[in-house]
Order: sequence, then structure tokens, then C-alpha cells
Amino acid sequence: MKYSYYPGCTLKNKAKDLDAYARASAQALGFELEEIENWQCCGGVYPLGSDEIATKLSSVRALNEAKEKGQDLVTLCSACHHVIKRVNDDMKNVDDIRFRANNYLKLDTPYAGETKVVHFLELLRDTIGFDELKKRVVKPLTGKKIGAYYGCLLLRPSGILAFDDPENPKIMEDFIRALGATPVIYPYRNECCGGYISLKEKDMAKNMCDKITESASGFGADMLITACPLCMYNLNKSASKDIPVYYFTELLAEALGLKEEA
Amino acid sequence: MSMSHGKNQAEQIREISGTNPLKCMKCGKCSATCPAFNEMDIKPHQFVSYVANNNVEELVKSESLWKCLSCFACVERCPRDVKPGKIIDAARQLVVRERGGSYLTADEIPELLDDETPQQLLVSAYRRYKR
Repeated sequence: MKYSYYPGCTLKNKAKDLDAYARASAQALGFELEEIENWQCCGGVYPLGSDEIATKLSSVRALNEAKEKGQDLVTLCSACHHVIKRVNDDMKNVDDIRFRANNYLKLDTPYAGETKVVHFLELLRDTIGFDELKKRVVKPLTGKKIGAYYGCLLLRPSGILAFDDPENPKIMEDFIRALGATPVIYPYRNECCGGYISLKEKDMAKNMCDKITESASGFGADMLITACPLCMYNLNKSASKDIPVYYFTELLAEALGLKEEA
Repeated sequence: MSMSHGKNQAEQIREISGTNPLKCMKCGKCSATCPAFNEMDIKPHQFVSYVANNNVEELVKSESLWKCLSCFACVERCPRDVKPGKIIDAARQLVVRERGGSYLTADEIPELLDDETPQQLLVSAYRRYKR
């Protein structure tokens, strides 16, 4: 099965691991990620102003390219997923934005939210299935106690993201179980790491990440997993507790026996 | 929909945010759940109330504009769907859309970087802090 794939800026640079392990795992699991051509940066944060159009166009271009290929659009980075999924919802449901974005882009056929945006984790859950994934695991991560760190971008606003229960998600815990490890549920797993605040207000981000890592360690986690390069950076930089943070794709590749190849 | 100069700032904030602050029932859940609450001089529930009362002069000078994380905790948990985070963002937009209103300039960037800084951090901060 072929999917359009939107890697995003950071996966081409500081978060190459997140991308490489995902591609290797996808191939092993029998689906192909076809990187869309000439994709442009999503902007990192969804433009909240209801009068913002130009800042949403890069997402629309990616969405339309997937539509023209008749493929679902797969994302990996939490931020890209968040931005593209919300812009897609605008194009589907907000007349004013759809009208003005299409006026600007002058596509052969106007884009109206037809593409399905799928996060890599959703693909594992909904298309492959965690039971099937479990069967494919050749090196189970037995004995590892892993805390899932969701952060904000994948979960909220839940009406649009529709990723999982925003207050009590379980997709990453189910993923951890499928890899043969033990998930550790801790209260701060869906609290914010500080996001972009860490550029100028470093102490503020540090305090927030300290709460997250202390919460995870306190509940017995040996490590954390994330889908977001900025969460990874903030947790690594800011947290006082020395708890390693991995991209979820790295553990996936390890359990599938692909880590050395990737 | 371009901003006409005659519109007052409260009206502009309502328009940019696309929200109706009058729906607020003052339960305070937005402020209770805000991870940046301690750093804010004007709290999320107060933001909503100020805009509802067309009293926005203080808001555009507020430090809170630069402390909000857009984490959507307040938006998710608001029982009246007022979207306080969008109201704060709209006030921030009023400021950054003015000439010289940026909270981040290119000159500042080199000092703020380290070897691990992800591109995502820079594009996100630019989007939020600068027009």
C-alpha cells in the first residue's frame, strides 16, 4: 500500500532518526511512504487567527498533492500532523478559508478537504493493527518500562485531531505493549513541554519539563518516547532528571530488528 | 476580511479569534488548567472577561501574550467552547501586526541557538512572535 508522506523541515535535519526509523519500519511492515514533491514547511504552529490564509497555503499544497495521487497523507512529526490536520479541517468546513485559499492557489480543481491525514501511529493502530504488529516483533523490548509522552499537539483540540481520548489516551501505551515492553502511565503525559517558549523563556520550559520527567520517573518509567522533535529537545535540554527520551520510531525499528540497517 | 481602522481593538480581537467571549460562564477552568498560569500577569479567564467588556488596553501590553504556549489545554477543557487560547492569540496578533511589534528579531537568534535546536523551534517561535 502506498501513502503520500510529509516529513517536514526538522526530519530532514535535527530529527533524521525519527524519519529514517519510520521509513525502515514502514517498508518492513509492507507499506510504502512516498515523499511528496516540493513540500514546504508547515510553519510549526497552526495559525490561530481566523483571518490567516497565506500561512495555511503550504499545508493545502501538500494536501492537494496527496489528493491528486489518490493517497492518504502520512505525517510523523506531531507539529506537522497538528498543522496539516487542522488546515484540512478548515478547508473542509470553513467556507471563508476554503474560498480564499482556492482563489489564491488557482488549482485545476479546488481543494475542499478531501485528503485523509494519518499520523504514523494511527497507521499502526488502524491499518496494521497492534495485534498484527506484535506478531511482527522479532526483538521484543521485554522488561523495559516506558512512559509515553504525548504532549499537546497530537491530542488537542480533540474535536479536530480525533487522535485519541485527550485526557486519557492509550494509543502509545498500546504501541509500547505491542513491542513487548511495559507502559508506565503517569499524570503529566499529556501536559505541555513548553513548546516554542524554550527559545526565549528557557527557565519556564525547564520547569515544565522537570514536572513531566519527575512525574514519569516517580511512576517508574526508565525512558520516555515521543513523536515530536521539539518535545524531544525540550525534555533533553530542560529536564533535571536524567531520563532518556527516544523517538517512538527508534523503538519500533529496534523491536522489528531493523535498528542497524536504518 | 481586512481590518478597518475604525474598528476598536476589542472588536478586532473578537474578529481575529472568531470567538464569542460572552459565552463565558466564569468557571475559571481555563486558568486552573493553564501550565503558564504562574507566569501570566493577566490570567486566561481575565483575558476573556476583558474582551467581553471591551477593555483591551491592558491586554495588548500584557506579558501573558508571550507566555501562552498554545497548548490548547484551556480550549480543550472549556465547558462553553469559548477558546481562551484563541483570544490570547488574537491580542498577540494585534501587537505583532503593528510595525515594530515583534517579540523576536533576527538579531537575537544566534545567541538563542545551540547545537540541538530543532528547526521546528525556530519556525514556531517566528510564527508566534513575529509577523
